Amino acid sequence: MARIELDLAHAYRANPQQDSDYALLPLKMTFDDGGAYALLGPSGCGKTTLLNIMSGLVTPSQGSVRFDGKDVTGFTPQQRNIAQVFQFPVIYDTMTVAENLAFPLRNRKMPADQIKQRVGVIAEMLEMSGQLNQRASNLAADAKQKISLGRGLVRPDVSAVLFDEPLTVIDPHLKWQLRRKLKQIHHELKLTLIYVTHDQVEALTFADQVVVMTRGRAVQVGSAADLFERPSHTFVGHFIGSPGMNFLPGSMTAAGFHTAGATVAAPAGRDLSDGDYKLGVRPEYVSLADANAEGALPMEVSQVQDVGTHVILSARRESVTLKARLSANTHLPAVGDSVWLRVMGEHTCFYKNEEIVA
Amino acid sequence: MSTTTKPVNQKAWFLILPVLICVAFSAIVPLMVVVNYSVQDIISPERRVFVGTEWFAAIMRDEELHGALLRQITYSFAVLAVELPLGILLALAMPAQGWKSSAVLVIVSLSLLIPWNVVGTIWQIFGRTDIGLMGAALQGMGIEYSYTGNALHAWLTVLLMDVWHWTPLVALLGYAGLRSIPDAYYQAASIDGASKLDVFRYVQLPKMRGVLVIAVLLRFMDSFMIYTEPFVLTGGGPGNSTTFLSQFLTQKAVGQFDLGPAAAFSLIYFLIILLMCFILYNWMQRVGTQSKEAGHE
Repeated sequence: MARIELDLAHAYRANPQQDSDYALLPLKMTFDDGGAYALLGPSGCGKTTLLNIMSGLVTPSQGSVRFDGKDVTGFTPQQRNIAQVFQFPVIYDTMTVAENLAFPLRNRKMPADQIKQRVGVIAEMLEMSGQLNQRASNLAADAKQKISLGRGLVRPDVSAVLFDEPLTVIDPHLKWQLRRKLKQIHHELKLTLIYVTHDQVEALTFADQVVVMTRGRAVQVGSAADLFERPSHTFVGHFIGSPGMNFLPGSMTAAGFHTAGATVAAPAGRDLSDGDYKLGVRPEYVSLADANAEGALPMEVSQVQDVGTHVILSARRESVTLKARLSANTHLPAVGDSVWLRVMGEHTCFYKNEEIVA
Repeated sequence: MSTTTKPVNQKAWFLILPVLICVAFSAIVPLMVVVNYSVQDIISPERRVFVGTEWFAAIMRDEELHGALLRQITYSFAVLAVELPLGILLALAMPAQGWKSSAVLVIVSLSLLIPWNVVGTIWQIFGRTDIGLMGAALQGMGIEYSYTGNALHAWLTVLLMDVWHWTPLVALLGYAGLRSIPDAYYQAASIDGASKLDVFRYVQLPKMRGVLVIAVLLRFMDSFMIYTEPFVLTGGGPGNSTTFLSQFLTQKAVGQFDLGPAAAFSLIYFLIILLMCFILYNWMQRVGTQSKEAGHE
């Protein structure tokens, strides 16, 4: 087990000239020993590259990787003592389940009785004890992926276990089970787990700390609550949440925040100088308000979507669209109605150049 | 009451008539002609006698045939024993991508493009001790090499010729099998601490199983039916040391015009190949996949 410190950048092509040449822009990051982390971002944002750099499958073109302060940049995955689980199940077809689980230990010359005991423990955790003597190649995809997970977790002394979207091939209900299993294993084994995914629910439920990435940049590191309440970058606001954060471009003046041809009084306690900003507010914090209420905007309802547990209301004003998540029990306006929607409150954030300022 | 019974219309059978006619002319009729010959003694076009299974009985007791069959089996298994490991090694050594891989692919497959009789001629010249590169070189090293005079040399030269001609096929098939293994397998093996040998044993070989089965069957059938190359190179000699089954058959049918025994043997030959392929295929499907009974202790 180890604390992982990254201070690096990576480009797959030689002599990168501009930002878009980089798979990973220069970043500095620390993963604490025993933590559960998630790397979250859309496809192609560099999260798998970052993971492969940590495991040693990819060597960063600049900078270093340190485990417990020791520079391991040039080390192989074996030397780093890393375990990694891939998106698609990787099993050794000719071996039984038990032999598959024992393979990483056997290669490291662990005594046979210890291997047997360790394989037993992991199989028990993954609820595969009954299948130990079956051939791995005849199992279903989710059982195969459980073997892959097991091979990742079987070594007791690993520096970290890295997961590269491991639940993609699993059925939804099993996905939920396995995720809980992983969380439980994390508590029992106290391993450092780093989990790559593009599914925000997966990331937020699995990890204590989530790293949100876009276009080769880590834009925010924080707990699920941090990411939700105070996204430090508009991308995070947009990416996390369903639907994502509303952004209203406008400008701050002495009278208040001017957007879409209306002016709304700014909430108290925000230290904002005059200038252009983007106002960000979660649909969860947008509420219906009385006419001319403080912090509310007059808008026209363009869509009402009932999604079962709640209602998503979309409203327009000039070029601005606002989404609000409302309880299904409230008295709902119809499409075409004029409503006042409150956008200012303690959860409202302000952004300048896509970065949070207040 | 069921009202959904489908109307029965047997006229649809007529639709398979064209296929039946094609197959009849391409396979069934020629095969039946052979069957027809095998049960008759044709003395002249006007005089023919039905002899039942006599030809079959006679040919099965033919000493010459036993010799040819034994040579053939030894030869075919020697071909497999050399070409399969060599082809796999070649496939493992071939570069995976870039212009080098394209270049290597073209070079490796060159020998596959050469017609059989040309291959025979090439090796005939290659092995000559006066002007042939290999023959002269061996002669120069003091080895009394002669593929026309020495039975062992002839046999080895025919084997070498087949290895040269067909190992690339095994290599190409193996290469295709190797390329279809996702990178994750190699990465996982590296993370699991597997050695190169382990990677070959537990990842590459099992993943190549499918294409290797095809390679074994193709090379077995082809080498079991080999005719043109040894015919051009050695003509079956010296003596009958390189007379394989198909040449034996040709001698009977075309050389001596013994149509009855030749037809009987054709059928036996066909059945031998069918049986061998059946056994090989089933064995290769099973090897390494049966459930282990003993457990993992």
